[in-house]
Amino acid sequence: MSLFSVDALFYWSEQKESFSFEIERSFCAGMTGPSGSGKTLLLRALADLDPHQGRVFLNGRECSNWSAPDWRRRVAMLPAESQWWLPTVGEHFDEIDENLFQQMGFNRDTLSWGISRLSSGERQRLALLRLLTNMPPVLLLDEPTRSLDPENVDRVESLIAGYRERTQAAVLWITHDDNQAKRVAQTRFYLKDGYLEEKSEQ
Amino acid sequence: MNVISLSAQDLSIAAVLVLALAGFSFRMRLGLGGQILVAAIRTTVQLLLVGLVLRIVFASNEPIWIFLAGSIMILAAGREVMARQSRGLKGWSGFGIGVGSIFLSSVAVLLLTLIAIVQADPWYTPRYAIPLLGMLAGNTMTGIALSMNTLTLAVWQNRVIIEQRLLLGQDRVQAIADLRSEGMRAGMIPSINAMATAGIVSLPGMMTGQILAGSPVLEAVKYQILIMFTITATTGFGILLALRFVAWRLFDERHRLHLEYLAPMK
Repeated sequence: MSLFSVDALFYWSEQKESFSFEIERSFCAGMTGPSGSGKTLLLRALADLDPHQGRVFLNGRECSNWSAPDWRRRVAMLPAESQWWLPTVGEHFDEIDENLFQQMGFNRDTLSWGISRLSSGERQRLALLRLLTNMPPVLLLDEPTRSLDPENVDRVESLIAGYRERTQAAVLWITHDDNQAKRVAQTRFYLKDGYLEEKSEQ
Repeated sequence: MNVISLSAQDLSIAAVLVLALAGFSFRMRLGLGGQILVAAIRTTVQLLLVGLVLRIVFASNEPIWIFLAGSIMILAAGREVMARQSRGLKGWSGFGIGVGSIFLSSVAVLLLTLIAIVQADPWYTPRYAIPLLGMLAGNTMTGIALSMNTLTLAVWQNRVIIEQRLLLGQDRVQAIADLRSEGMRAGMIPSINAMATAGIVSLPGMMTGQILAGSPVLEAVKYQILIMFTITATTGFGILLALRFVAWRLFDERHRLHLEYLAPMK
């Protein structure tokens, strides 16, 4: 049984067909496609943040059988733009994994930083760390390396690969970069004009 | 109680003051003269009409008249709540929430006050019930209108943050907890200020009226304290209810934010 499976999902009026796909334990699926093809909307539907038709399963248990907050803690979506609502970084974390912080180029002092002085790249990397504190078995990543320099792109890619190996999490990774999709994903989907096609394995 | 009765002549002396003010406004082109006159006429006509109605209600002592007068007051207060929203809820739900929460909290406190505190005979004696309900519903209306307005505006401004918090697994209550306290604060500040400054900055209007009408000063003071406590409690509980209803309306059972229930900006 796949860790995460999607059966006849229909989430958006311009969508031409319903989607079905699965992601195995500790696998990563990459998703590319032109802007406006509904990639972000797909992630929002999978995180149950938007109403949708069809069924989504985690470990064989359907989304509607989880409470919505429980579902979102497990099927965790990283939005393209992260939001911070308290004055300092640390106030957004219940607990921290110091190893992961160091791997991303941060340390304990980072927790006292004010949100307003963070660069967009720092926000993005910290948002990923914040998401991982819930230890989600499924990650839905919306262009997680968009505003990062090459060094930090590497950091994020290896952090997620490590997390996948360690926790056997399944990952759905949206990117505009075909090369990145080839690097990080074992399965690749292409989304265009409301159709989803699976690209053959390399 | 010996009340010095006011004649029409007495009132017309006061009216001359208002006329004079309107006259100055015309001469100085302040553009307020018309508004002052219309408002003064409205006050006279509305209060005289209410006086006539209340005289009938007080004389009849029939519960049905009290019920009718109370219903009209609460419905009018609900309409007022809706009219004071810069970005309220769409459709009738804003009105329904206003009426519902004003009704629940002011009627509950009113019954408690009449039955357990004032203990008139019968308990629904209209000369206690009607003015009390008026003060409770009126103040609760102001508080709820401010709170709902603050909350709906804050939800709109913070919509992206709210969704981020939902995505991290917070439920709908946690995701707007701070916005809700902001709304609560906005609505409670008038009542808290009124309690804190009562008697220092000004004598409260009800107490002034009672004293002018010949009540012993300490009786007027005790009634004023009763009124302030009950007003604050009614306003607070009314706001809690209204904000809870608004939050229910803006989220569905899957803890999703539904901004389409917010009315467009006025």
